[in-house]
Amino acid sequence: MIDSLHPAIFLLLGSLLLPLLPGIWRQGLFVLLPILGFLNLLGLEAGTTWNIAFAGYQLQILRVDKLSLLFGYLFHLAALLAAIYSLHVKEGLPQLTGLMYAGSAVGAVFAGDLITLFIFWELLAVTSVFQIWARRSSTSAASGMRYLLVHVTSGLLLLSGAALHYQETGSLAFNHMELSGWAAWLLLLAIGIKCAFPLVHTWLVDAYPEATPTGTVFLSSFTTKTAVYALARGFEGTEELIWIGGIMTMFPIFYAVIENDLRRVLGYSMINQIGFMVTGIGLGAGMGVNGAVAHAFNDVIFKGLLFMSMGAVLLRTGRMNGSDLGGLYRSMPWTCGFCIVGASSISAFPLFSGFVSKSMVMAEAAGQGYLSIWLMLLFASAGVFHHAGIKIPFFAFFAHDSGIRCKEAPINMLFAMGIGATLCILIGCFPGYLYALLPYPVDYVPYTWSHMAQQWQILFFSALAFALLKLTGLYPPELRSVNIDVDWTYRRLLPGITRTLVRGGSPLFAAFFATTKKMVSLIIATTQRYHGNQGLFGRTWLTRNGALMVAILLTAYLIFFY
Amino acid sequence: METETRQEHEGEMPGGKHFFDNPRNVKGLIWIFFALCAVMLSLDFIIHRHPSFAAGEFAAEEWFGFYAIYGFVACVLLVLLATQLRKILMRAEDYYD
Repeated sequence: MIDSLHPAIFLLLGSLLLPLLPGIWRQGLFVLLPILGFLNLLGLEAGTTWNIAFAGYQLQILRVDKLSLLFGYLFHLAALLAAIYSLHVKEGLPQLTGLMYAGSAVGAVFAGDLITLFIFWELLAVTSVFQIWARRSSTSAASGMRYLLVHVTSGLLLLSGAALHYQETGSLAFNHMELSGWAAWLLLLAIGIKCAFPLVHTWLVDAYPEATPTGTVFLSSFTTKTAVYALARGFEGTEELIWIGGIMTMFPIFYAVIENDLRRVLGYSMINQIGFMVTGIGLGAGMGVNGAVAHAFNDVIFKGLLFMSMGAVLLRTGRMNGSDLGGLYRSMPWTCGFCIVGASSISAFPLFSGFVSKSMVMAEAAGQGYLSIWLMLLFASAGVFHHAGIKIPFFAFFAHDSGIRCKEAPINMLFAMGIGATLCILIGCFPGYLYALLPYPVDYVPYTWSHMAQQWQILFFSALAFALLKLTGLYPPELRSVNIDVDWTYRRLLPGITRTLVRGGSPLFAAFFATTKKMVSLIIATTQRYHGNQGLFGRTWLTRNGALMVAILLTAYLIFFY
Repeated sequence: METETRQEHEGEMPGGKHFFDNPRNVKGLIWIFFALCAVMLSLDFIIHRHPSFAAGEFAAEEWFGFYAIYGFVACVLLVLLATQLRKILMRAEDYYD
């Protein structure tokens, strides 16, 4: 048997072949690479490590264990689904960078040391931004730039944390660490940014809705889940995370209710779901981490499915606002059906995937006696059903008839959504296969009558609340608007302050800027004088002048040294 | 795009063709849904719910209809609070342009 290659090779380097191939071959390889990568991954056994010495440091470019393997499988699956979903797109760059992005995520979860992790961490940022820019609008260009700045910052924090960690411990290995000292805090912040912790979450809801219909499907699968992996690897059992996660489950649902852009609603609900994972990781080894990781696995599939269904709507109608959509079940019945499967999964209906993973986190929170956290998670469970489970399908496919009559989604999109929906139901009905992949032994039975009854009650009565609020007209209408979030500080407040200081006529600032401007002009003028077209150093000299010059210099050299 | 795609379905009768176009069907579904809610609530008579917390930590979870009431109240609160938040957070669509 041939030995396996590094698991990131196929996606990261194989995708470089894509631009060289013509039409159908390229599309074929695009779908084949995740499959080849997956087969290669199957050849790697838990416990394998590859170490290399680089510039005096011991780097572990490969560490295979149950945790990294689970994310490895997941990312290949997600890459395959996203590739099938975007087969109709003929543009080369989003394809190339999309698979490289997936490959960076794979590389990151198999990285055994902080430097290797940092390299893939930055690659994730750089390769993913093209999914946003591919939309080719001025808003997506600006949004992509903000996204890139945030993620490069996260990378720099990771690098600083790694350097300090090396100084403190003499090791670059990326393992569990205690949250004490600068190094650990910097690393937590770096991971937290990518994980969309509260206050540093706005990049997600800013950028994801600005990407192309297919781009958002790529984006939703890799970045935050790599961060969840890193959190599980480095910080399981850290109590602060329980509370951070609790807040993450709560605040986004309020935004989700009043948000008009349906993909932005999904962005907020994504933070809410990551909140469950962060809480699970904080609850620690055993069922907490198992629940978090299982939920990450399911979330990639059902959130991907929801983003896919909304992407199909955007592709066919050119609209994404709840206020503009409605009644699409007539034109897009299949997409509508798949969307409802995704919505049932995220809402954790029994027999759908969310049910078998989210409940592990909640059971562990209760088991450890965290009453207020448990109540928050329960509130968020009702809330997520409300905004992702009901609002998304309702306003897109039902509600009032928007009058839009369009074609059903392209066949490749339907195929990808079909696989996603099937997986949601299969995992929900047969959770044992997923449980077998989890890092700790599983001693949890999701399907008891008691558990199903309480879940049905909470969901049915959440839906009842929606129905009654809608029938009585108390439900807030979808309005064309934006809702300000933390990004207001750097999109309005800081630029505003700068403008006021500069324009507002503070004489000191005016003088400062005037002097700086003058100095810059002076430097430019001087440079131009000597190095410009007609300047002494910039002029085109004749070759014989050059030769003469060299001759003079050589003569001078000879005279001086003899 | 819309006008273009509309023409493809010109032959389609407005209303009546699809299940949800008939208000009577929608009304019927809503009543079925209300009935299902009642069934779900009455499960508390039949099924003994296992408490999630250790004994004495949180007695309320064993009350009749705890989950149903919690879900309902949570969603009403969520929507009413979010509607109020609009007053603080909502801006015109071109706010950042």
